Parts: sequence; structure tokens; C-alpha cells
Amino acid sequence: MASSAPTNTAAGVETASVATVEQHVTPPLVDGDKSLGQVTNDVCRALEGKPTRLWYICFFVSLSILIVGVVAVAYQTIVGIGTWGLNRTVGWAFDITNFVFWIGIGHAGTLISAILFLFRQRWRTAVNRSAEAMTIFAVMCAGIFPLIHMGRPWLAYWVLPYPNFRGPLWVNFRSALLWDVFAISTYFLISLGFWLLGLVPDLATMRDRAKGKIRKAILSVVSLGWNGSQRTWRHYEIVYLLLAGLATPLVLSVHTIVSFDFSTSVIPGWHTTILPPYFVAGAIFSGMSMVLTLMIIARKVMRFEQYITTRHIDAMCKLVLATGLIVGFAYATEFFTAWYSGNQYEQFAFYNRAGGPMAWSYWIMVFCNVCVPQLLWSRRIRGNIAAVFGITIFVNIGMWFERFVIIVTSLQRDFLPSSWSSYVPTSIELLTLLGSFGLFFTCFLLFCRFLPMIAMAEVKGVLGVGRSKKGGEK
Amino acid sequence: MSVLGVRNWTGIFDSEESILAVTSASRLAGFDIVDVYSPYAVHGLDEAMGLRRSWMPWVCFVCGLLGAVGMWWLATWALAVDWPSNIGGKPLNSFPAIVPIIFEMVVLCGGYGVIFALLIHCRLLPGRKARLVHPRITDDRFAIVLRAPDATRDPRDIRRLLEEYGALEIATGYEEVDE
Repeated sequence: MASSAPTNTAAGVETASVATVEQHVTPPLVDGDKSLGQVTNDVCRALEGKPTRLWYICFFVSLSILIVGVVAVAYQTIVGIGTWGLNRTVGWAFDITNFVFWIGIGHAGTLISAILFLFRQRWRTAVNRSAEAMTIFAVMCAGIFPLIHMGRPWLAYWVLPYPNFRGPLWVNFRSALLWDVFAISTYFLISLGFWLLGLVPDLATMRDRAKGKIRKAILSVVSLGWNGSQRTWRHYEIVYLLLAGLATPLVLSVHTIVSFDFSTSVIPGWHTTILPPYFVAGAIFSGMSMVLTLMIIARKVMRFEQYITTRHIDAMCKLVLATGLIVGFAYATEFFTAWYSGNQYEQFAFYNRAGGPMAWSYWIMVFCNVCVPQLLWSRRIRGNIAAVFGITIFVNIGMWFERFVIIVTSLQRDFLPSSWSSYVPTSIELLTLLGSFGLFFTCFLLFCRFLPMIAMAEVKGVLGVGRSKKGGEK
Repeated sequence: MSVLGVRNWTGIFDSEESILAVTSASRLAGFDIVDVYSPYAVHGLDEAMGLRRSWMPWVCFVCGLLGAVGMWWLATWALAVDWPSNIGGKPLNSFPAIVPIIFEMVVLCGGYGVIFALLIHCRLLPGRKARLVHPRITDDRFAIVLRAPDATRDPRDIRRLLEEYGALEIATGYEEVDE
């Protein structure tokens, strides 16, 4: 085991000096020269005191919006989905737009926690917990829409394959919609498992400093008797790595399968092979923007500026820019393919998108998703928190419109001009969308209040990065 | 052979570097390392303790495989045997159509299989009382628990070693041995 060989070889000396240089060049991931105890204090302090007035205001606003959404959902469940603005031509519109929008938002969490973990992007540690929480809440919001769309949500379990007395009648395993059921539920369950597992060591930290009896009792139950043993850590780390390995293809598969809902159909504008990569890039693009939007608010409100630093924001901006470019490229490719295909129906679908009655939505999408993110090329803008916040809001809006454009403009003018029509959402549909935002923010605010927003056990592991005295080991 | 109790020595440290150093040194000195405790996963600690690679990947592999085979069987049986339906004249047991759901099942079964294996093997169960070596072990302290391998070793050597590496506290006590 005595392998601390003296670095007498040339290569040895070189590696040693490179390591030293790295220690000086890499900026620290956590500002403020924190000690381990300070990390615990900073993260737990927010959970142990009374909530601030700002929190209460935000919570009650979100809760009210959620209640409005619940009422809207109850109404359309009782009356039926005839309360929507759908017609015989546009048979899919608002609900599926919202579904795809929310699933897309839910992609950033797993990207940060799994893909960036595999790429050893250690800056992810400060943002992964809240991004994963966002994923879970966003997938919950997404799941509501297909449930409502069923018309009889109490029979939702019919989408699962199980032995029954209705036949035997099985679900159609060949259908892209069924693949979606599997993809979304797997994604939700794996993200939840990943997130809860990551919470265990931090819940133990909270348990060991809890003062109140009830608080301690609850935390003792949920922290599963964690005691920091290396024999547990050893397996835990491997399980975490395995879950990251599994979640990486999963996150790519989810939006791929969502895009199959469209691309396996024969509707011009949907029936294209570019849809899977285009949807995945779009999902990461929108998810990262939403993470940025929330992080910028949360770091300020929770006073986590030293953990979620400008370096994090810069890195996430670069991801937004990169995925935004892919999305922009996909828009261009779609048009080129439509023109080059020589297929008049395909060509018409795209001319209709950019120049038809709903061209305004197409150009909002292009402006928000292609033009605005170009500002992120500038380092100065990436360093300006307010500017980044504004850009992410544009991207969030643009990505909602992307789904709206793909879905509605492809349907509104079909093969038979006599059945051409348009689509306008009803107030019930708008309130349902609003309600989903209420659900998302209510869950997020509860999460900020009751669970550690920053993964303490992970941040502690990277405290040494960029510090000369501790030596950025590995 | 019944052993009533074994004397354990616990050393508390406050940094990753010292716990790594003392763990390597204890192993070189030939003491039994009962366990090492840390507030976060310290890289290189399992090598320092001489632990073997975790076998969890095998659990994941087997569960994933079971998920794949199970889903393939269910879908093929349901589509081709139990409820055969002619959809556009396609073969009843067309494999490519069920690849996406097989993949999802691999991930779901592999993921949850390995999570449950971890929880059961490491006895991380709801309501289980944590046995902490130090109240700040989940905050900012590191601990090593050592034991003399046999009666020929002077247990005071353990104390000396812990002191040499700058232990903040040293405690000793008897612990009943399970096996």
C-alpha cells in the first residue's frame, strides 16, 4: 500500500506541477472560504427559523392560483372536455402543449443530476437538489394534462397493463401513447428515487441538529438511520453512479418518446425524423432556462449567493445557448427538409406555420428561442443577473409557443380546405394552465421551506476545489 | 467461540486529509478498521480501508435484465397470444415496437432494484435508530473506529497512533460483537 512514490521521474514531476497549477487556476466552487460546519449552518438556517413574510406572500399567491386550477379541473371533469376550445380539425391543442411544455421543464433536473454527474461537472452540486425537485414537480404538472384529457380520469389506471375481466383486454403496446405512459411514469419514479436517496444524508444532518421533539422524531423516521458509515457510503456512491448511468439514457428517451406521439403520425409537420433530437434539445433548453429563472430568485431570497455563484449561472447560460442553437438549427432544418422533400403537403404545413393565420405565434417562438439567447454569447451579459433573468423568461415563453406552434399550426389546415379552422383556448383551458403553475410553485415553495435546498453532503465534498491550502484533491 | 465484547477505539478528526491519513496508517499498522464515519463521501477512503468494490452493479444488472425479459414476455404474449389483433397487417409479435417499453422497464427495474438492495443491505430503513459515533458526524466531524486484531497487540498502540495523527477526541469502549 505504500504507493506514495517519490516523484522522481520526469512524468511524475510534471503531473505534480500540473495538479498544483490547477489548484491555483480553478476558481472555488463555493465562495466565502466556508468550513464544513458553516455549510451545514447556512443551509439548515433557512429551514429552522420562521418563514419570512416574502415566503408567506409567495406561498399564498401560489396556493390561490393552485386552487383556481383545481376548480377549473373539477369543472371540466364534471362537465366534460367539451369545455375546451377544440374542434373537429384541431383535436389536440392546449392540454398537449402544456403537457409537452412541463415535461420539457422537467428535463433539466435529471440533466444536471445525472448527465453532468457522469461528465464530472462538479459545479452541479450546488444546484442539483433544487433542479431535481423542479423536475419532479414539473413532471407532476405534466401528468395532470393527459389525465384530464382522458375525460374520465378516475379510469386512468386503464392505461396500465394488468390482468382484467374486460376481455382479456390489453393496452396496445405498439402505440406511441402507451410508450409515453411508460416513459413518463418511469421518469417520474426514477427521478423521485434519485432525489429521495440524495436527501437521506442531508436529512440525517438535519436530524442531528434538530431541537424540537416532533421535528427530531419525523427526521429520524425519514433519515432511515443514516450514520455516515463508510461501509454505507461505499455502496451509496456506486448506487448514485448507477442511477445517474440509468437516468442519462432515460432523460434522452423521455422526450424522444414524447416526440414519437407526433412523429409516428402521418400529419405533415409532425411526421419527421428530426423530431426526437429536436425535442430533446428543446427540453433541455427550456428546462435549463426554468432552472435559471428559479435559481436566480431562490439564491437571492434564501441568501445562497455564495453557493450558487455567478460561475454556476455562467455555466448554465452556456448550456442554454448551446441547446438554443441546436433548437434554432432544427427550425431551419425543418424548413429546408420541407422544401427539399418536394412534398406539397409538407411544404404547405411549413409555409402555413410561418405565414399562415397563426404566424404571430411562430415568430414569437423564433424571436424568443433563436434571437434572444444570442445575447448569451457575451460574457458581460452572462455575468449580469438581471439580464440573464430576462432572457430566461423569454426562453420560457418561447418554448411554450414552440409546442403550441408544432401542435396547432400543423392541425388547423388539414388536407380538406372545407374543414380548415382555427383554435382559441377557452377560459377553462387558460385557468388549467395557470393552475399548473400554481401547483409547481406551491410545491417548490414547500420544498424550499422544509427540505435542504442545497445538497450539503455533496457541496462539502467539493469545498476543497480551487483552494490552495486544502488542495483540490482529484 | 463466544466473545463477550471487544474493545474499540474511536478517534475523532476534523478534516478529510487527516481521516485519509489515519486510515491508511491504521491499515499499515495492522489494526482492524471497524468502520470510518464521515459527513460526506470521501474519495479514496474505501481504498484506504481496503474495502472491495461494491457489488451493487450486479444487482442493478440482474434487476434490469429481469425487467427487460419480463416486459418482452408480457408484451409479446399479450400482443401475439392472449389478445392478438391485426393492426395494419403488421406481424403480431413485432419486436421493434416494444423496444421503447422494454428500455423503460430496464431502467425502472434496474433503478429500483438497486435502490432497495442498498436500503436493505445497509439497513437504511424508516424509523431505524441511528447509532452515531459522534453527535457531529453528519455535520463536520470524521471518525475512525479501530480494534486490535488479537491479544498480542498492545491496545495503547492504537491510542498512540490516533494521537499521532491529531485526533481531537479519543474514546474507548466495549462493543458486543454480532458475529
